[in-house]
Amino acid sequence: MTERTLQVMADAFPKLLGYGIRVTIPLTILSFALALVISVTVALIQYANVRILRQVCRFYIWIVRGTPLLVQLYLVFYGLPSVGVLLDAYPAAVLVFGFNEGAYMAESMRGALESVSRGQTEAGYCVGLNYLQIMGHIVLPQAFRTAFPALSNSLISMVKGTSLAASITVTEMFREAQVINGRVYESLGLYCEVAAIYLAFCTLLTWLQHKGEKRLSGYGR
Amino acid sequence: MMLEVHDVHKHFDGQDILKGISLSVNKGDVIAILGPSGSGKTTFLRCLNFLERADRGTLVFDGETFDLHGATRREIAHVRSKTAFVFQNYNLFLNKTVLHNVTLGLTVGSHVPKAEAEARAVAALRRVGMEQKLNSYPSQLSGGQQQRVAIARGLALNPEIIYFDEPTSALDPELIGEVLAVMRQLAEEGMTMLVVTHEMDFARNVSNQVLFMENGVVIESGPSREFFAHPQAERSREFIRTILEARQ
Repeated sequence: MTERTLQVMADAFPKLLGYGIRVTIPLTILSFALALVISVTVALIQYANVRILRQVCRFYIWIVRGTPLLVQLYLVFYGLPSVGVLLDAYPAAVLVFGFNEGAYMAESMRGALESVSRGQTEAGYCVGLNYLQIMGHIVLPQAFRTAFPALSNSLISMVKGTSLAASITVTEMFREAQVINGRVYESLGLYCEVAAIYLAFCTLLTWLQHKGEKRLSGYGR
Repeated sequence: MMLEVHDVHKHFDGQDILKGISLSVNKGDVIAILGPSGSGKTTFLRCLNFLERADRGTLVFDGETFDLHGATRREIAHVRSKTAFVFQNYNLFLNKTVLHNVTLGLTVGSHVPKAEAEARAVAALRRVGMEQKLNSYPSQLSGGQQQRVAIARGLALNPEIIYFDEPTSALDPELIGEVLAVMRQLAEEGMTMLVVTHEMDFARNVSNQVLFMENGVVIESGPSREFFAHPQAERSREFIRTILEARQ
């Protein structure tokens, strides 16, 4: 690497990290929160076997998992305006990321819910709890622990996925790297640098996942 | 008469599991429900607490009549509030400590104040000899200890009757004794109990009544002493003989 490359990288670092912290991380958090709400709702509807809504959930998962994320972004941001739905780039990205990852997370949650023994629910009824109380105190906490590694996976995958928002004009960390590169032409150095920052974010999350799993393992198997 | 059950029918997948079972329980009765596996005894017990919906049958509990098939959610909750159920595989809440396993039904289910619930829980746990393990999780206990906690969870509800569904069948042989000892003590204290079991000693020495079932019908019922000393039906004689032989 030449001295110039290193200089460019050093100059770019605060800008890239700044966009990472101010845009990439909030975008991830918002999208993940949305995905979490969607996935728990969709999983509970299927678990409780609510008749028509269950079909709606399966349809949603089928569509979302069967089409590329990039295509979904384009459809919502560039396609929907022609039927009068005009979204800013940022909310469009949050919506698409949330609904997209939500479909995968819903399946993780559903599997985790179904892995909780039926006996837990029966015992709950026998000590006088109702369905919602059983869900809230017994089934969901146990399912959440089972789903935790898969949900962590989704979160980590989402951090990197937010770079696709660059394609619909959201200036997040990767988009900023592209912009800087447009001025200085140091593709290798700059893209390595941005990759390293994503890696650092994900390393932090991996560490947090580890901590979280330790905490959740309190009650053993 | 505290509890009367009339003509319970139940089928699964086109197969008749219960073909009209009836039973009367007086306060303080300890009734052993015996029979070969597949005879429907567990299903019968589960129907009484609406863990299975019977196809038909009625339950008279303290003079109130309930339809075992069509009972409303309210009625079901009402019946369950008078009963406790002990499962073969304990079904302790895995994410709750011993203490919270026992208090959860009280605090969340019946809105008993926390301090009172905990006092009742500790008292119940003392009765089964588990008051030393309040903060343990089920996974840290042996099967016998878990089953004793499950019994305490039931006791804390102050039930009028406790249903036991093969309470010792999942236990290692050396742990069966501690659970049976607790059940025997409850029986001596006058608790009304309905026990699906394969434990012949318990049926013979602790229970005062026996209900012997096979293929979804009652073959024979009556006082335990009579049943074991002079079984009337050929099938009962055969069953007792097989069980006793298997033990030797």
